[in-house]
Amino acid sequence: MGNLGIVFKRELMSYFATPLAYVFIVIFLITNGIFTFDLGGFFLRGQADLLPFFGFHPWLYLFMVPAIAMTLWADERKTGTIELLLTLPVRLADAVLGKFLAAWVLTGIALALTFPIWITVNYLGDPDNGVILAAYIGSWFMAGGFLAIGSCMSACTKNSVIAFILTVAICFLFVIMGSPILLDAFPGWMPQILVDAFSAMGFLTHFDSIAKGVLDIRDFLFFSAFIGAWLMASAIVIEMKKAN
Amino acid sequence: MIEINNLTKKFDQFVAVDNLSFTVKEGEVLGFLGPNGAGKSTTMKVITGFLSPTSGSVTIDGNDISQQSLKAKSLIGYLPEGAPSYGDMTTIEFLRFIAQVRGFRGEEIDKRVKHVITEVALEAVREQSIETLSKGFKRRVGLAQAIMHDPKVLILDEPTDGLDPNQKHHVRELIKNLAKDKIVIISTHILEEVTAVCTRAIIIAKGCIVADGTPAELESRSRYHQAIKVTLTDEHDLSADLNGLANVETVEASEDERLSYTIVAKDGHSIFSQVSEIAQDKQWPVSEFHVERGQLEDVFRNVTQQAEGAH
Repeated sequence: MGNLGIVFKRELMSYFATPLAYVFIVIFLITNGIFTFDLGGFFLRGQADLLPFFGFHPWLYLFMVPAIAMTLWADERKTGTIELLLTLPVRLADAVLGKFLAAWVLTGIALALTFPIWITVNYLGDPDNGVILAAYIGSWFMAGGFLAIGSCMSACTKNSVIAFILTVAICFLFVIMGSPILLDAFPGWMPQILVDAFSAMGFLTHFDSIAKGVLDIRDFLFFSAFIGAWLMASAIVIEMKKAN
Repeated sequence: MIEINNLTKKFDQFVAVDNLSFTVKEGEVLGFLGPNGAGKSTTMKVITGFLSPTSGSVTIDGNDISQQSLKAKSLIGYLPEGAPSYGDMTTIEFLRFIAQVRGFRGEEIDKRVKHVITEVALEAVREQSIETLSKGFKRRVGLAQAIMHDPKVLILDEPTDGLDPNQKHHVRELIKNLAKDKIVIISTHILEEVTAVCTRAIIIAKGCIVADGTPAELESRSRYHQAIKVTLTDEHDLSADLNGLANVETVEASEDERLSYTIVAKDGHSIFSQVSEIAQDKQWPVSEFHVERGQLEDVFRNVTQQAEGAH
């Protein structure tokens, strides 16, 4: 196991050493239930799919994911452990990636624990399980996108509450980027290519098609590149700001 | 060997470390002294590779800390200021994590962790989470992680800060034992510590070296070097008796002890035999009589205030 794995394991263990992981998972499952059955009209629709379940994920992640991302680096700077971590023979890239992966796996565990809803829909009808699997993976990748933004924002400040607010704000921007609310607000003289580029950056644009079962490799590439870019930005910010 | 060449570290306009150069060899225990804000911690952060220098270089056994950073870092054990550690882990979990990062695998991990736990006496708090530990224990956990891989270079930023006298003594003994064929750099503003453990002391002020030598050499720069401390049982006019001696500068009465005087020698000349003759001759009512080696505190104040005055 390289140092990436060691950092990853420590981080993941520390989520479960505190109530954080349990609180996160329980709240995630409860809100998921409310959204799907109450607001989503899971039964009323009378269709054997999980569209109402996945449809709410971007909005759920908007508040849940920044809550786990906010401490990633802000706490390290606040308690001074960043000085310990970065003077150990650990590459900065390993530290950034290890921490990110630990948080990502936590969201993955929470997501996997929603399996009763998958059992329910299989009991009630005959859904396309391939579509559901793709949507699960897509949802997890989207959570990764939110987390990567959170990692970078957390590196910007010692204060985890500020990190939380910044992350929510930026994530919100990326969620609505592809939606008509924002696109309609563009003045007409804007070149179409700019509007298209803008909408292509939106989470909803990519996630909606995944949730509907349109498995396009480009959507996964988008989220992977998105995560990579924000993690690189995290590393740069950490390098710049570690002195203060 | 640690070589520091023309090291400068600026934060925006503020120069924290100003063109610092020195080398430290195996077997040396270097005390790094200076007033608060003199650049001690910044220098240590650059040596350990946490901060990158604005200009100049640091090499550890020939490995440049910026170029061959992983190799250089693996040679260093570092206790940062305030001994930070992951509070939500237990002592043993934390030390096992450090052992793994330091490259130990399998049984080696348990062996090393057990060794450092005995070394700094942490048995009592093995399973306790670090955030619930007292300041002294936290500091010892920090020391334990620093010596995990038996490093060639040990850099300790205020290792005894906040410890009680027994713990201080213990940590100093530990440092002395570790010091054989190693390089130890400790920063402190407790001057007695320098005389107790260091073989060499560097005093910095405003990011520059203002004094560098063995503790004894530095003490000899004090105006109290070779001075004689006399405590009397009864009033007696010492100055009148010492008038004839060319090497006596002055007689100072102690501020906090009655009937206690310091006879200051001129330019560090030895005046012991002459003064003791006079004391016998004139039958001073002496209860205590001894030669001062000099006061490090006095030297420290002198050189650091000069440096601050110069700017």
